[in-house]
Amino acid sequence: MPINTGDTAWLLMSSALVMLMTPGLALFYGGMVRRKNVLSTIMMSFACLGLVGLLWVLYGYSLSFGTDHAGIIGGFNFLGLNNVGQDPSPIYATTVPHLAFMIFQAMFAVITVALFTGAIVERVKFGALLVFSVLWLTIVYLPVAHWVWGSGGWLAKLGVLDFAGGMVVHINAGVSALALVMLLGRRRGFPQDAMEPSNIPMVTLGAGLLWFGWFGFNAGSALTSGGLASSAFVTTNIAAAAAAFTWMIISWIHKRPTILGTVTGAVAGLATITPAAGYVTPLAAIPIGMAAAIVCYYAMLLFKSKLGFDDSLDVFAIHGVGGILGTLSVGIFATLSVNSAGGDGLIMGNAMQLLKQLIGVLSVGGFAFVMTLALGKLVDKTMGLRVGQVEETVGLDISQHGERAYGGFLR
Amino acid sequence: MKKIEAIIREERLDAVKKALEEKSYFGMTVSEVSGRGKQKGLTLQWRVGEYRVDLLPKLKIELVVLDDDVAPVIDAIVRNARTGDAGDGKIFVLPVEMAVRVRTGDRNEAAI
Repeated sequence: MPINTGDTAWLLMSSALVMLMTPGLALFYGGMVRRKNVLSTIMMSFACLGLVGLLWVLYGYSLSFGTDHAGIIGGFNFLGLNNVGQDPSPIYATTVPHLAFMIFQAMFAVITVALFTGAIVERVKFGALLVFSVLWLTIVYLPVAHWVWGSGGWLAKLGVLDFAGGMVVHINAGVSALALVMLLGRRRGFPQDAMEPSNIPMVTLGAGLLWFGWFGFNAGSALTSGGLASSAFVTTNIAAAAAAFTWMIISWIHKRPTILGTVTGAVAGLATITPAAGYVTPLAAIPIGMAAAIVCYYAMLLFKSKLGFDDSLDVFAIHGVGGILGTLSVGIFATLSVNSAGGDGLIMGNAMQLLKQLIGVLSVGGFAFVMTLALGKLVDKTMGLRVGQVEETVGLDISQHGERAYGGFLR
Repeated sequence: MKKIEAIIREERLDAVKKALEEKSYFGMTVSEVSGRGKQKGLTLQWRVGEYRVDLLPKLKIELVVLDDDVAPVIDAIVRNARTGDAGDGKIFVLPVEMAVRVRTGDRNEAAI
């Protein structure tokens, strides 16, 4: 097929937008931890741009999108970008250069690894996290991306729908985050000591960059620049708005309308609409966004306050729960009138789609949970996942990176 | 010579400064401090749930004056820092052995 310049321009722009989400996430996360851990938290995200950015072109893209093997994993035919050039792929995004599709997918892998770090900030050893990230990308992310998005992937063949990464990115990262929290345990002092966010304006800036970048994430996932991209763009904004507003109201009912809560709601709405963005009508994004805020809020309350899991930046409650909710919402709200390559959901009279979505949730969630426990245990036994008591008390900025976030006159 | 240390509310600084300046007490050192007392603390909100902060931000004013000036300075501070609610702060008066002006080397009364 000939290259379509409009599609190519939009996909390259979208790749840049999704790239910006990772530094955005770094600021979003960094502002929520205590002063002594701001840099280490930022680094856990930013380092993924380097690490995953390299692994993706060396073998990651190939194992996700190379020639299918039994629906489980891609082949070696794209190793080191072999056969990935300026001509379009005959299978994926057939109107843009193969390289553009490859780099767009790279940004998803980068941010997925960055996402789960939020659960274990303020106590994970940086070197061990990098080793774990390589293992996790290879053994968890690459197969799951193939199952859902790869040509011949078993979930794709089954008809499970994930427009922009509700399963591949959010359930995958969110459930893995929960497994990591179980392995690492709580931060020293949790929950009796107040863990005050160091910089809520920085959290807000990060959330703004995430929302901005998410247009590339979701509307870019149309892989074309026409009506479907526009529809996904609009559903994305509507869900974010509905969830931000709803979380603000819930926070107000409990006491005061907090900024931290409102921006958290926006991110929960964005994560939740992700799998549905290109399959549902714009107005369906309103109930999806509102449900995201309500369900994620009470999930957070349950996991953190009631059950005492120190998922420090609530990765499971937002991305895991939001991803599950969004993936199931596809099975309810999807309609072929929005996307002829998608499906009809429960409301259009097709209950089977909801069942398929449930199979997707359970298989991706179950696989990510079990494999993360196993890989995490392996890294913990060999090099130790957690920093020592003194390093944790001093803070990871100094103990892991030899830097501090805020200099001053007093030295 | 006496040193007066006054812990006051942040929002009363301008009024206290102005009142002291009107009585010709211009020099002072001000620092941001945190402390706790009868005012107790604040309850702040996280994404869900709440946490307590019991050290509250205050300002500390320090100035060194002659013995005879202690009473009018305290009077000016109390009059302008007071709101009547818990958390208005405290004033401490300490003896000073010596004062030196760095620029000239002047000692004691000539230095303050």
